[in-house]
Amino acid sequence: MIEMVEIDLKRVDEIIERYKGEEGVLIQLLLDIQSEFNWIPREVIARISERMRIPKSQIYRIASFYKAMSLNPVGRHILQVCLGTACQVRGAPKILDRVEENLKIKEGATTSDMRFSLRRVNCLGCCAMGPVVVVDGDYHGKITPAMVEGILAKYE
Amino acid sequence: MPRVGSKENLEKLRSEILAKRDPNKPYITLCSGTACRATGSDRVADAIEEELKKQGLTKEVGFRRTGCHGFCERGPIIIIHPEEICYLSVTPEDVSEILSNTVKGKEIIDRLLYTDPGTGERIVYERDIPFYKYQNRLVFGDNLRIDPTNIEDYVALGGYRALAKVLHEMTAEEVLEEVKSANLRGRGGGGFPAGKKWESTKNAPGEPKYVIVNCDEGDPGAYMDRSIMEGNPHRVLEGLTIGAYAICSNQGFVYVRQEYPLAVKNLAIALEQAKEYGFLGDDILGSGFKFDVAVHRGAGAFVSGESSALMNAIEGKVGEPRPKYIHTSESGVWDKPSNLNNVETWAIVPLILEKGADWFNSIGTGGSKGTKIFSLVGTVNNTGLVEVPMGMTLRDIIYKIGGGIPGGKKFKGVQTGGPSGGIIPEHYLDSPVDFDELTKLGSMMGSGGMIVIDEETCIVDLARYFVDFLCDESCGKCVPCREGLKRMREILDGIVAGRGKEGDIEQLEEIAKVMKTASLCALGTTAANPALSTIRYFRAEYEAHIKDKRCPALVCKALISYYIEPEECIACLRCLKDCPEGAIEGEKRKIHVIDQSKCIKCGICYDVCPPKVGAVTKLSGMPVPPPVPEADRVIERGKEDEIRN
Repeated sequence: MIEMVEIDLKRVDEIIERYKGEEGVLIQLLLDIQSEFNWIPREVIARISERMRIPKSQIYRIASFYKAMSLNPVGRHILQVCLGTACQVRGAPKILDRVEENLKIKEGATTSDMRFSLRRVNCLGCCAMGPVVVVDGDYHGKITPAMVEGILAKYE
Repeated sequence: MPRVGSKENLEKLRSEILAKRDPNKPYITLCSGTACRATGSDRVADAIEEELKKQGLTKEVGFRRTGCHGFCERGPIIIIHPEEICYLSVTPEDVSEILSNTVKGKEIIDRLLYTDPGTGERIVYERDIPFYKYQNRLVFGDNLRIDPTNIEDYVALGGYRALAKVLHEMTAEEVLEEVKSANLRGRGGGGFPAGKKWESTKNAPGEPKYVIVNCDEGDPGAYMDRSIMEGNPHRVLEGLTIGAYAICSNQGFVYVRQEYPLAVKNLAIALEQAKEYGFLGDDILGSGFKFDVAVHRGAGAFVSGESSALMNAIEGKVGEPRPKYIHTSESGVWDKPSNLNNVETWAIVPLILEKGADWFNSIGTGGSKGTKIFSLVGTVNNTGLVEVPMGMTLRDIIYKIGGGIPGGKKFKGVQTGGPSGGIIPEHYLDSPVDFDELTKLGSMMGSGGMIVIDEETCIVDLARYFVDFLCDESCGKCVPCREGLKRMREILDGIVAGRGKEGDIEQLEEIAKVMKTASLCALGTTAANPALSTIRYFRAEYEAHIKDKRCPALVCKALISYYIEPEECIACLRCLKDCPEGAIEGEKRKIHVIDQSKCIKCGICYDVCPPKVGAVTKLSGMPVPPPVPEADRVIERGKEDEIRN
């Protein structure tokens, strides 16, 4: 069961204020919301719709189109497995398999205890370290499948 | 800082900056691009600052954090100026010694130098390292001298001089002519002549006109635009402003991926400083020309890098492409004439205006002038960003600069042009690299990704990977791209899973033809390239999968089995302990055997088996030999010790 978090709507209003009255700002606004909360909650979408006079459907369309926006809550740790081409040819698929089997979730999902959100990303631009796994901004480079368990164990 | 109000004042400012700086004063630059930060550049920077204080050198020794130097394989990189001594893979523990021995004592620390893998020779200066020696870093070279957050560093190297010249000595038409005669082709993918594009935007009816920097760079395995934006943002802004002057635009946009936080940050700082110094805003350099730039963060969609899709995104809409019979040069952002070029293209512009079209034409090949930055990655010894003149051969780039394939493995191919590019086999290694040659080979230049693959990469699996990527990224607006990619993915999924059948290859080719003809944007028309180019050059590998159910590269999970050679196994327990499924039977001094029914083919046993032993092997296209009978599994004492010693 996913725990519900209280959303600070005052914070949302502050972000909306930055953009009010400007044209073509929806993407920028949603990106700010995403970095504030790590996802875009339903209540926030309702609030933006009301304040900015933008139909909810339009906000959902944008938020579901772009990869940097998430409509689902995220876990305590965000784990990114790079599957850029350079990592791919250095064995990244085996790493992703290992992580998925270890966490018992597929990429894109969050573990039921909210410990990890697993994301597959297309190139982090540090190809010299490939295959790369990034957890909360910590880079782990030149990973082998055997190293996966040890890395996961570092994050509670 | 007061605004620089004239061309003369810019020169004055430059002399003042240079007068403050003693050319003989030692200073350290540390690569702090995203790739080096990932390998610990931040900790090295902290150590340098702390150690400078500790050794009382804060006044005598300068320290600058710069953008990417390119040699990412060996980061973090330190260069000690003025000699340009280059230390690689520096750790915080090395810093105190570097300061006391090299900066103060002028002694070289051998272990931090580049060692030539062939001759064992240690190389002191950056310029002599083969990775750099064969490059021609026109665009990228200043990265190692500039702190991107300090505009004075850029001005000191002659920055904004080209802009001053353009605004005060040239008409918009003259600027346009110069860029046209330089034959500058766009570095973002298509290779369309930049001057021509500028001209159509300039001549298109409608006001205002917009100029745009594309820093979306969604190609996996490519990060040169990010590195320019992070390391030398003023060069891009200067180029953009020159373009705006030529096109008669007063408003620019920079579209930069949110996933590039350092580029976003350094760009914001650069914009702030450029405004403060009067290189942006009203009455730039006292010329009366007005130009402003707004930043738009991209939210992560590969197709949004396509020019018309990107313009939709700038308007705050979903980043889907528009039909191409309306050119964005006529109807782009808010339906106004808009000119878009990528970061690298804009960054070349000031050089052309400063040194002239003839100079630019003297570099490169007949149809492709100047240099190109490639991101050389994959299974290659020297991963990094390399800038070479157009026309250098693939072999020189991969072997002379890239240092060849690691681990003595065999070269299999090189993938260029991003996901919609193609894979070029060994046979064409001596082909010169330029826009037209790569297209002839069934691939393309793209934005400059160059992914080297060795014999352990399965071509069919790689084609499936690209098709899968494009399938995810297809916006779904037009049917040929959306459905074509899905069907291609189904077929390729089947082939790698051992369900390939006669006629699959022909079916792929047919779908490809339709997609190429009928898709709406360049994503769709080129999306079949990875499959087509691999079928063209590696058909036998497809056939092995389909007919023999065999993966020659031993990659496709469904077609391979892991097997422990009984003759080689030393019963060291490593694989047995690490197997997550408990699929390996055995004990000390008893040969290990994989229970094939439990094996999930994760490959851990293969990875942990000591290379000297090499008992775990992969088999494909043949049955796994039956396990050795229990009674014969005992091995004599000492075998393991023998190998260990």
